[in-house]
Amino acid sequence: MELIVASAVGVLTAGGVYLVLRLRSFPVILGLALLSYAVNVFLFASGRLAINMPPVLQKYGEASYTDPLPQALVLTAIVISFGMTAVLVMIALGAFFEAETDEINMDDPAPAGDEDRA
Amino acid sequence: MMSHWIILPVLLPALLAPIIGFVMRHDLTMARIASVAGTIVLVAIAMGLTVSAAGGETQVYDLGNWPAPFGIVLVLDRLSAILVLLTMVLGLAVLIHAIATGWDARGRHFHALFQFQLMGIAGAFLTGDVFNLFVFFEVLLIASYGLMIHGGGRERMRAGLQYVVINLAGSTLFLFALGVLYSSVGTLNMADIALRLQEADPAEAGLIRVAAMLLMIVFAVKAALFPVHFWLPATYANAPAPVAALFAIMTKVGAYAIIRVHTVSFGPGLEATQDIPGTWLFPAAIITIALGALGVLGARQLLPLIAFSVVGSMGTLMIAVAALTPQATAAALYYLLHSTLAAAALFLLADLVLSRRDGQALSPRPAMAQTGLLAALFFGAAIAMTGMPPLSGFLGKLLVLDALRMPGQITWAWSAILIGSLVTIVGFARAGSMIFWKTTPTDAPDESAPETEVAEPRRLTVAELAPTMAILAILGGMSIFAGPVMSFAEDATAQIYDRDGYIAAVLGQQEEG
Repeated sequence: MELIVASAVGVLTAGGVYLVLRLRSFPVILGLALLSYAVNVFLFASGRLAINMPPVLQKYGEASYTDPLPQALVLTAIVISFGMTAVLVMIALGAFFEAETDEINMDDPAPAGDEDRA
Repeated sequence: MMSHWIILPVLLPALLAPIIGFVMRHDLTMARIASVAGTIVLVAIAMGLTVSAAGGETQVYDLGNWPAPFGIVLVLDRLSAILVLLTMVLGLAVLIHAIATGWDARGRHFHALFQFQLMGIAGAFLTGDVFNLFVFFEVLLIASYGLMIHGGGRERMRAGLQYVVINLAGSTLFLFALGVLYSSVGTLNMADIALRLQEADPAEAGLIRVAAMLLMIVFAVKAALFPVHFWLPATYANAPAPVAALFAIMTKVGAYAIIRVHTVSFGPGLEATQDIPGTWLFPAAIITIALGALGVLGARQLLPLIAFSVVGSMGTLMIAVAALTPQATAAALYYLLHSTLAAAALFLLADLVLSRRDGQALSPRPAMAQTGLLAALFFGAAIAMTGMPPLSGFLGKLLVLDALRMPGQITWAWSAILIGSLVTIVGFARAGSMIFWKTTPTDAPDESAPETEVAEPRRLTVAELAPTMAILAILGGMSIFAGPVMSFAEDATAQIYDRDGYIAAVLGQQEEG
C-alpha cells in the first residue's frame, strides 16, 4: 500500500516535471495536470494511510479512524487545480491564436522601436 | 463580541465582483461607479481597522464561529492592518488611473477581476491559517491572470502564459509543503503550528525543515527572489501598466508571508528552521539586488527598466526581512510601504508617458506635449525608487542599512545596497535624459518602424495625473512624518515578535466560543 502510493506520487511528479520543462504549451499543460494529481495523492497520504476506516469518530474512545482533514484539503485542491487548468487552457489557446505558435518561451526582444505598446 | 469589520475587506469585494461581472457586464459606467465606490468604502474600512489595530490588541475573527484550531481564523494585528490599508489605497489610485486613461475599456471584466484581486490580497494579509493562505493566493493569482492579459496582444498573451505556468508550478509546491507540514504537526493554523513545533519530536525535525524550505521557495517565487525571479520582468513589462502598478503589492505578499511564517509558526529559536532565513534568504536577496541593478542598467525599454527596479527593491526588502531582528523588520516594513508606492507611481507615470510617445524604447524621439510636467514627475518617482532624499526611499534604505550591523552582514548588505542604488540611479538618469531631454526634431526618420500615429497634443486631464501625484504626495508625507510612521512600524514589529501574545489571542478564544 505505502509502496504503491509513494511510487505513484513519485512517478506522477517525475512525469509532470519532465513535461513542464517542454517548450510547447500542450505538454506543459499536461505536465501541470500530472503535478496536480501527484500533489492530490500526496495530500491524501499526509493524514496517514488507512483502509476501511470511518473518517469521523463513531464514539469517543474508539481510536481507529482516518483523518478527515486531508480529505477536505484534497477536495479544495482538486477544485482549485481543476479551475486553474481550465484557465490555463484558455490562456494557452488565446496565446496560440495571437502568436500562431504554441512555444512557451518568448521571442528575442524586439529591436528597439517596433514594439507595439497596446 | 467579535468585531465583524475584520472580514469586510474580504467580503465586500467578493460580493461586489460577481455583481459587477454579471449584472453590469454591458454597462461600463455602472461598473466604474460601483468599483470606485466599493474601493473607497474599502479604503475607509481599512482605515478603521488600522485605527482599531493601532491599540495593540491582536483581534481574531473565527469564521463560522468555530474556535481556533478547528476552524479558520482571520487575525488582525498592526502588520496586517497597515498592509490591507496600503493595498486599498494603492487599489484606489490604480483604479482611478485605469478609468481616466480608458484602460478598463480595452477588454472585458476589468472591474470584476480588479475586485477579486483586492479580495485575494486582503485575505492573504488577514488569514491566520496556512491552507487558507494558499486559497487566498489562488484567488489573487486567478484574478491576476485575467488582469495580466487584459487588453490582449501577442506579446502580452505569451508573457501571460508563462506567468500562469510558473505560478501553477508554485501552487503545486505550496500544496506539497502544506502536506509535509500537516503530516508532521497535524494542524494548519499558524498559531497551533507554533505550539506543536515547540513540543515536536526531534526525529521529525528533517520533515519540518523540508516543509519550511518548500514554503520559503513558494514565497520567494511570489516575492521574485533569485533564482526564481525570472518571471517578473517579462510579466510586469508586458502587463497593462496600471495592472503592473497593482502587481507591485503582490510581490509584497510573498515578503509578508515569509515574515509571518517565520515569526509565528517557525518562530525564532526553533532548531530545525531558525537558520533558513540567514543561510538561504540573505544571499538570495544580495544576488537579487545585483540582478535588479544590472537589469536597470541594461534595459533598453521603459517598462522592463521599471520592472527590474522592482526586482532590485525586492532584494533590498528581503535583506532586511532575512535578518529577522525587530529593528530590521521595522525597517523592512517602512521600506515595504515605500517601495510598493514608488513602484506603482513609476508604472502609472510610464503609462502616461507612453500614451504620448512613440514606442517605449529608450532612444531619442520627437518631443512630447507637456514634457516638463512629466519629466518632473518622472524625476520625483525615480528619486523615490532609487532612494535619494528628500522622498521616503532615502529614509527607507537608511533604516535598512542601520539595522544591518552584524559582522557577517554588514560587508555584503551595505555594499550590495549602496552599489545597487548607485547603478540604479545611473540607469534611471540615463532613461530620464533619453526620454525627456534627448529629443529629435519632429518626424524623425531614424526608426525602422514607420509609425503613422502622431503624438496627440491633448493635455493630460486632472484625473489622469491625480493618482500619480497622490502617490508621490504620500511618499513625501512618509518622509515628513517618518517619525510617526516608523513608530507605528516599530509597534507592529513588537507585536509580531510577541509570539506568545499572538498564540494566546488566537487559541485563547476556545473558552469564549
